Amino acid sequence: MFRNVAELVELAQTQNCKISDVMIAQEMEFTGRSREEIIAQMDRNLRVMEEAVERGVTEEVKSHSGLTGGDAIRLQAYMKSGKSLTGEFVLDAVSKAIATNEVNAAMGTICATPTAGSAGVVPGVLFALKNKLHPTREQMIEFLFASGAFGFVVANNASISGAAGGCQAEVGSATGMAAAAIVEMAGGTPEQSAQAMAIALKNMLGLVCDPVAGLVEVPCVKRNAMGASNALVAADMALAGIESRIPCDEVIDAMYRIGQTMPTALKETAQGGLAATPTGRALEAKIFGIPLDKK
Amino acid sequence: MKYKSVFDIIGPIMIGPSSSHTAGAARIGRVARQLFGRKPAFAKISFYGSFAKTYKGHGTDVAIVGGILDFDTFDTRIVDALTIAENEGIAVTMKEEDALTDHPNTARIVLGDERGTIELVGISIGGGKIEIVELNGFGLILSGDYPALLIVHNDRYGAIAGVANVLAKHEINIGHMQVSRKEKGQEALMIIEVDQLVETSIVDEIEELPIVQQVVKIND
Repeated sequence: MFRNVAELVELAQTQNCKISDVMIAQEMEFTGRSREEIIAQMDRNLRVMEEAVERGVTEEVKSHSGLTGGDAIRLQAYMKSGKSLTGEFVLDAVSKAIATNEVNAAMGTICATPTAGSAGVVPGVLFALKNKLHPTREQMIEFLFASGAFGFVVANNASISGAAGGCQAEVGSATGMAAAAIVEMAGGTPEQSAQAMAIALKNMLGLVCDPVAGLVEVPCVKRNAMGASNALVAADMALAGIESRIPCDEVIDAMYRIGQTMPTALKETAQGGLAATPTGRALEAKIFGIPLDKK
Repeated sequence: MKYKSVFDIIGPIMIGPSSSHTAGAARIGRVARQLFGRKPAFAKISFYGSFAKTYKGHGTDVAIVGGILDFDTFDTRIVDALTIAENEGIAVTMKEEDALTDHPNTARIVLGDERGTIELVGISIGGGKIEIVELNGFGLILSGDYPALLIVHNDRYGAIAGVANVLAKHEINIGHMQVSRKEKGQEALMIIEVDQLVETSIVDEIEELPIVQQVVKIND
């Protein structure tokens, strides 16, 4: 049983196995279920993620409010034009993250990773890596266990709820989880996974949850997009041997404390930040049909 | 540790847009339905904190009613839950409360019909995970991770031993147990989370104990 990232990495090192193996073993111990059953359940989650990505990059999805939809298709087309500055791989990940969140905003079926509002980051990078590293289905499932292991630590030691900890707890956690799993899939060490998580999460600290009209749309969809790119860069930095000066567990603890002191107006109440801008308020009034002066 | 399984993190499979405000709300509604045990004639829902501020945008209203209709988080019928409830003759009322609660995502649900009512308070703690923190005025902690028995009984000696004996006889292990009461010697509530599925016949056997008034099993 691991309680923090340090213990997770140590378990992987002493047992000479991957982070994903540690997570699978712990799940077997906790539930008493067989490895096959646990793998099969994660395979179902993977299939839902794949279907959501596929739907978002091929179908013009539109949310009820009309605030989001269609950007994944737009970005895929731009990416294929060959004019992109960041390159096809990064934009593939970013567009697939957007795809997932657009489907989510349209009340489509998704898999929370770790939440619905942050459901795009992990599948976004995973299905871009699929075209680059050509992993087996088993390796793609391992990717989800590896990211789940880091998310497990964050959820228990800090928070994965925007209402409790702001967006840093949602997209921030998802970004760190994805960065750590990318490292494992790319052949990095468990320690490098922890470094990638630390680097990624550090750059999400303080991010508030300020959804316009309280909808999981603006800015959530684009925050998932940036989370996916952040995760890829953090993973590359860790794979290059760059280390976070602040250990991963302390970054997670800092995130928790920042969430505790964050004002309620910035924790999923639609009362501050982007939600309280003139345009945010105007959109809210239009969507719910409430005159602005009655708010 | 609040989160015990990797599938609390990678999961659940759900209808969007929010794990805490949609999937979590559906789960709170569904626990209420399971505790009530039948289709209610009315449902009174109160939202607190972030739930109160954003429930329309997140589809929390739709999802919680979906749960009351016994739909799972991934059931696409959730989208039409309000219409379905109306067609099934369930009178739904919703209120936004200003009162401060310990957790920002809190909902109170009263379900009832001519035979009785139940009232529970649920919180959605993130990623679709919920806890039930109050039932019919009793404070409690129910994670929803394991099959659980909720037993209303008289606050007298022998109640715990009587129930435990029945469970032991059927080789059912108790993982977590909690007993609470409003007043000494009056009605009390026992919550038992177990590791095995509990057959209906065992529930009946517990219900037949003289000290026990009502038994409900959930999450199996």
